[in-house]
Amino acid sequence: MSWEALLAALFPAGHAVRRTGDVLAGRGVLDDIELAVIGTADHAYIGVETALALAAEVLAAMRDHPGRPILLLVDTLGQRLSRRDELLGINAYLAHLAQSLELARRRGHRLIALVYGEAVSGGFLAGGMMADLVAALPGGAVRVMGLAAMARITRIPLERLEELSRASPAFAPGVDNFYRLGGIAEIWSDDLPARLRAALARPAVDTSSRALGRERGGRRLAAEVARRVREHR
Amino acid sequence: MEHLQFDFPGDPAAPAPHPHGPGYVLVGVVSSGNLEVLLEPATPGGGCRVRVDTAVAGYGAVWRAVLAEFCARHRLRDLTISINDMGATPAVVSLRLDQAFEELERGAAR
Amino acid sequence: MTRRPARHSYYEANARQRLRALLDPGSLREFLGPEARATSPHLESLDLPVAFDDGVVVGSGGLGGHAVLVAAQEGGFLGGAVGEVHGAKITGLLERALAERPRAVLLLLESGGVRLHEANAGLIAIAEILRALLALRAAGVASVGLIGGVYGCFGGMGIVACCCDALIMSEPGRLGLSGPEVIETEMGVEEFDARDRALVWRTLGGKHRYLLGEATRLVADDVAAFRGAALELLEHRRPLALETLAAEHARLEERLERYGDCRDAGEIWARLGIAQPQRLPLLDEDEFLAAAAGARRGGT
Repeated sequence: MSWEALLAALFPAGHAVRRTGDVLAGRGVLDDIELAVIGTADHAYIGVETALALAAEVLAAMRDHPGRPILLLVDTLGQRLSRRDELLGINAYLAHLAQSLELARRRGHRLIALVYGEAVSGGFLAGGMMADLVAALPGGAVRVMGLAAMARITRIPLERLEELSRASPAFAPGVDNFYRLGGIAEIWSDDLPARLRAALARPAVDTSSRALGRERGGRRLAAEVARRVREHR
Repeated sequence: MEHLQFDFPGDPAAPAPHPHGPGYVLVGVVSSGNLEVLLEPATPGGGCRVRVDTAVAGYGAVWRAVLAEFCARHRLRDLTISINDMGATPAVVSLRLDQAFEELERGAAR
Repeated sequence: MTRRPARHSYYEANARQRLRALLDPGSLREFLGPEARATSPHLESLDLPVAFDDGVVVGSGGLGGHAVLVAAQEGGFLGGAVGEVHGAKITGLLERALAERPRAVLLLLESGGVRLHEANAGLIAIAEILRALLALRAAGVASVGLIGGVYGCFGGMGIVACCCDALIMSEPGRLGLSGPEVIETEMGVEEFDARDRALVWRTLGGKHRYLLGEATRLVADDVAAFRGAALELLEHRRPLALETLAAEHARLEERLERYGDCRDAGEIWARLGIAQPQRLPLLDEDEFLAAAAGARRGGT
């Protein structure tokens, strides 16, 4: 789905979201609730400039609109792969984005992420995955890496990976796999305003991805292992 | 992957193992051409039970020979030996086993 | 005794050896150690051996008599990459720290990032680590990252490293997001020649990270030097507050303005005002710190 179509569907009463380069930012209104909309468009690769621009929007929301819920729109092919980005320390830029989002949460901003396009690796991690609630459209393409590239790097035959991915959600791309693992809390397949309204109406509790992963059978061990480490005497 | 298990008789005259601190000994790392060895005390009156999980199949006889020699040389008893292997040579296996035994002895001396 | 102990290379040591040498003698207590056999449920079906600790040691210990919680990733096992169990051990430790409030949490980071063999579970696990670490930051419990191992610190763990209150690196330590091999594979050798060791260390190594302000301390490849720096940084805090993040934002913005057009670390070092920047990689830590004095760009 294009970002224009998505925003039209989310905010039937209209919105004031602009696109600057790869970055989306602005205001959406649902009923009487104003939201800060921050995201990326057209499968953006996130380099140092984009990471910094996203963080700037989060900081601006905290400064100018305290407490306003933040809707993160996710469409990224992940971090930009370049020597220049590494030289300038892109990990520090993404860390800054993650810290800004964490601070926004602690200052009372609801954080809701919606994957509407691609959601790959580092770009997704420091952005959308920091939200209280991570939702996805059914067509969202969530992944760390495609199976073909994974086969090249792990030297495990592609056929074997394809076969295993039918039984395990642990490594194959897809919204459904991330849903079973608890990394995607909800799949929004219809009536987006109603879904967003319902998400905003719920108290701002952090849906534990580990608890969801266990409930849904995708990650049976994570919650238990963390508990045992916490309680080890 | 191949899973192997061996049992070697213990030497009843030998002292029982007493690992210090956490009650086990771990040496080595599961990296290419390397292995980790975990020694834990087992029920008294027994020998040595060895479990090997190895990435390289088809070397059961070599494992048996290396492990039998190790258990006999150090007169081990009442011990469980667990190994995760990523293609270590017999020489590296022997080296790690001896390191594990040294740690065990150091614990007993404390 | 005032005898200066022989150097104990951090780079060469494995995770447990690092912890034993870093902490007060005999003080390391492991949580969910190898005897618990908390191993990965995903590797067996891919025909790979597991490790009894899934490649990470978590526990408690003393640092100069102060109670600390520690996690140490084992680079030797799958490059220290994070899978479901490995990640949950670190997250559990950070959550424990939130309740227990030790003097500090020390994270001995050595990781390629997400473990591809359980990629989705690994990515979610790193998100959980990141969240738990930031909760700890907000609660004011000190977190100190240490990087100096063979495999460096990359992927999502490279982001985690920059979220600690303080970061200690040695020159052989490397810190980044995408490793040189990944960039070379995807973008071509002309973009990043992963076999050009001098280029790799100039771009990602401890000295450059220190000059940019990401590493709080640059130390010799010696566990004792890491220990000394960690002791000095127990009071070091980066509060999660609007003012501090605004200052960090200005610093990162300035970095782009001043060095955004640089093709090589040497150009950045020259603009920092360092005389003969090409000699920096050859200097030992003391010489380097003397040359870098006054040039380093603030930061953590």
